[in-house]
Order: sequence, then structure tokens, then C-alpha cells
Amino acid sequence: MLVLTRKQNESIMVGDSVEITVVEVRGDQVKLGITAPKEIKVHRKEVYLAIQRENIDASKADIEKVGQIGGIFKKKVKN
Amino acid sequence: MKIKTKPYGEIEVEERQRIHFPDGIIGFEGINYYYLIDSREGPFYWLQSEEFTELAFLLVDPRIFRNDYKLMVRESDLKEIECEKEGDLLDFAIVTVPEDHSKISANLMGPIIINRKRRVAKQVISENEEYTVKHYILEEMKQQKKRLVESKNACSYTKAK
Repeated sequence: MLVLTRKQNESIMVGDSVEITVVEVRGDQVKLGITAPKEIKVHRKEVYLAIQRENIDASKADIEKVGQIGGIFKKKVKN
Repeated sequence: MKIKTKPYGEIEVEERQRIHFPDGIIGFEGINYYYLIDSREGPFYWLQSEEFTELAFLLVDPRIFRNDYKLMVRESDLKEIECEKEGDLLDFAIVTVPEDHSKISANLMGPIIINRKRRVAKQVISENEEYTVKHYILEEMKQQKKRLVESKNACSYTKAK
């Protein structure tokens, strides 16, 4: 991993089109500004990981359980 | 044509049910073709992997339990599935069914969007930051019902005045 030291308002460039600026440093929090072309998606890593974990749990859906839920659901919808 | 499915064994499907996920599903990259199948259990759908019979996701339309649900995605995500008209867009949430099935939940943070005309789809990250990966469906249905009752009561109160 490349490690760079930056001060507030200083930036780094990733390739020609992505710029990451240190907007503010306060205590243990760093506020970053990211300028990137629209087609480059920027997400907090934990969001990505949360979705990945949830997908893995979801892939284990047990058909028998789903059957039981289907029953509850129909009742609920009718109410 | 016939395919093997996790929930129902071998069933008959049509070519138009075959959906291409160029990026796969997050955590399941490299698995690019699924069939969208109506569920026989309640208001769900199955997304059945073409390649791996054992891989199937349960899907739901979030509006079933949240009438205020709003899909918020980036223009670039819509472009990726070549979606130009709203009418071509289908969207679902992936459902998780835990051991205690009353805790069934839907992932509104990572919805599935499908261009039904071109049959191209993608799992995207919601731009609405209120949405999480775990919305308890039965709980939220109850709350929705409560809200409806409250708004009805509010109406009759206004009338009474």
C-alpha cells in the first residue's frame, strides 16, 4: 500500500481523473472530498461489505422456511 | 425450456425470464445469468442462477411492505442497464430468511434493478441513506398499517370538527 502524508486542503490524484482532497481533520475523523467522473462509483467500504454480507445470508434462503412465510404473508396482506 | 431450480426442482421457463447481470451480484461476481421466477409462496420472486442450481435469491417488491418506498439510484446505474424509459425498469429488494422466519428482512440498501426490455440487471447501492440492509418486513408492514389507521382517524376527526 502506498502511504502518503497530506495536510488539510492538500490532495492526491488517482490516475488523471480522480482527485481526493483532505477537507478537514478533527480528532480521529478525516473529511475527504472526492472529485471523480460520473462513471466511477465512490462508496464507503462498509456499505459495500454490509451488502455483500447480507447477500451471502440471503443466498441461504431455505425453501421450507419461505413456504411458512408465504402463509403468514397472505394472511397479513388480506387483513 | 427446462431448468433446474433450488426451490422447485426442474421447471419450465421462457427465454424472456433469463436476465444478464454483467457485474454479477455483490459477493457473487462472475455469476452472470439468472432466471426471474414467480414464487409460489406469497408475494415473492426467485432469482435462480442458471449455472448453480443451489444459488437462488428471494426477491420482493418493497412497496408491498412500505408504500412510501422510493427507489433512488444514480443516472450512471440506469445507463449501465441501458434503461431509458421508466416503464422498462423493474426493481426488487433481496430478502433474507433467517432461522426465526418472523425476522424475514429485505435489503433496501442494495436493490436490484432490471431493464425488462433488454433483460439486463444490476445490484446497485441506494442513494437514499435512510435505507439499510435489514428492513424487517413483518414489523414494517405492521407500522404501515398503524399509519393508515392513524391517518383514517385523523380524517374522521377533521370531519367531526
